[in-house]
Amino acid sequence: MKQAYLTIEANRPVTASVYRMDLRGPDLEEQRPGQFINIRLAGRFLRRPISVYDWEGDRVTVLYKTVGAGTEQLSRMHAGETLDVLTGLGNGYDLEKAGERPLLLGGGVGVPPLYLLARRLRTMGREVTAVLGFNTREEVFGEAEFRALGCRVQVTTADGSVGKRGFVTDALPDSYSYFYTCGPEPMLRAVYRATNTSGQFSFEERMGCGFGACMGCSCRTITGQKRICREGPVLEKEEILWAD
Amino acid sequence: MGRLSTDLCGIELDNPVIPASGTFGFGWEFAEWYDINCLGTFSFKGTTKDPRFGNPTPRIAECASGMINAVGLQNPGVEQVIREELPKLKQVFRKKVMANVSGFSVEDYAFTCERLDGEEQVGWLEVNISCPNVHGGGMSFGTEPVAAAEVTRAVKKVTHKPVIMKLSPNVTDIADIARACEDAGADGISLINTLQGMRIDLRTRKPVLKNVMGGVSGPAVFPVALRMVWQVCRAVQIPVVGMGGISTAEDVLEMMMAGAAACEVGAANLVDPCACRRIIEDLPAAMDKYGIKSISELRGGH
Repeated sequence: MKQAYLTIEANRPVTASVYRMDLRGPDLEEQRPGQFINIRLAGRFLRRPISVYDWEGDRVTVLYKTVGAGTEQLSRMHAGETLDVLTGLGNGYDLEKAGERPLLLGGGVGVPPLYLLARRLRTMGREVTAVLGFNTREEVFGEAEFRALGCRVQVTTADGSVGKRGFVTDALPDSYSYFYTCGPEPMLRAVYRATNTSGQFSFEERMGCGFGACMGCSCRTITGQKRICREGPVLEKEEILWAD
Repeated sequence: MGRLSTDLCGIELDNPVIPASGTFGFGWEFAEWYDINCLGTFSFKGTTKDPRFGNPTPRIAECASGMINAVGLQNPGVEQVIREELPKLKQVFRKKVMANVSGFSVEDYAFTCERLDGEEQVGWLEVNISCPNVHGGGMSFGTEPVAAAEVTRAVKKVTHKPVIMKLSPNVTDIADIARACEDAGADGISLINTLQGMRIDLRTRKPVLKNVMGGVSGPAVFPVALRMVWQVCRAVQIPVVGMGGISTAEDVLEMMMAGAAACEVGAANLVDPCACRRIIEDLPAAMDKYGIKSISELRGGH
């Protein structure tokens, strides 16, 4: 965990509501796949937690969806402006468990944290399959980027306007060594039921601080109480206790 | 005595800045961000007799210049606090800590305070009779002078440490409650806990918080807190710890001009993990600007 002042290098839309922001700063330390950063915005009291899409050296990239006034404000910021950011938050995915043929399942704005994960797994020489699910053609992003890493990529859309019609769970390969997933909770529940190996889930929750102080994002697990921001956002399949 | 030092119930603080309970964990979590020995002290996470998970999520909402929480006193229980949290804290904090205690009956409060009375790391007991987020306890003790006095007396019986009663602002007459605590033997008063509030999500048309209502904190509540600290300082003789929306050195000075002996800083820690260090560092220049030679000269200046 570290506070860093990062300069916006680029901030542009990749779909109608998803933006890509490239940030750079000398204080930046390693960001692991599945970790997140927490951005302070002028006039907003709480920071905005956003998962890391990519990291290298003094650069970090996030992809975020404009869902409210805060993220809309973020989308209007320009290159050259500086942000106060808490970095290196959360536990991140455990790459050691991937096996030879890991499966990545991302839904909508749950796709971004899987990119750095895919890149790392490819560097480790693993055969990566990525299933990227969206509602409709206009919302699709990331396909080319995952392909460029050498992943096998399957896009699904709920309305069938591109890729396979249905949800990510309708496009699971026959066999895989392990899985990693991130997406809306209904998707995560479906993935939990449809998968036949162990795996890791990245969860979202409304956060206060994002670094473990306020107990705002606590959840129950089989292994005890956890804070999504600190002992999460990634939980193992075997420890998940779904709330009703 | 240093320029920033102040006395709180007979224990000298290097400075008046105290991270508030519920925003600073058990301290050691923040030692990852900075050396917490720069603090006056801090008030640890509200502790109850038994472990508590707290309320269902979402527990957090935002508002203009502040936030609303309905955490509901999540804590590992007093035995684990003594067994695990205090030893961990000892590794990173040399000063006396303020132990924040909550309960659901007079006996609960007394039990937890008695357990903590035996811990030499604990300097003060801050007794929370003001948590708005639990049912059948918490705030209900802080909204009735008779009940507030009863808790105060029960706690005073089981401890030799200074007892600071933490009051709720969600009352008709805060001065009445403060006087009842003082008459029952309290050594100090701290206020304000959070103000009750809520938000509704326009998309779902439902309350943002699963608990529906929560406690508002942050700069939005500062003027209300300042007013109540002013009123309580004029109603009692015992020291008052002021809190509610403090986020700058200037806020600390203003709160002390209202009569506070020290200040707690809450929500600011959650936005800027180094907020309290920054406030302490900023204090000397702010004092210079307003011609204040020492923090202690502000006390009783009314």
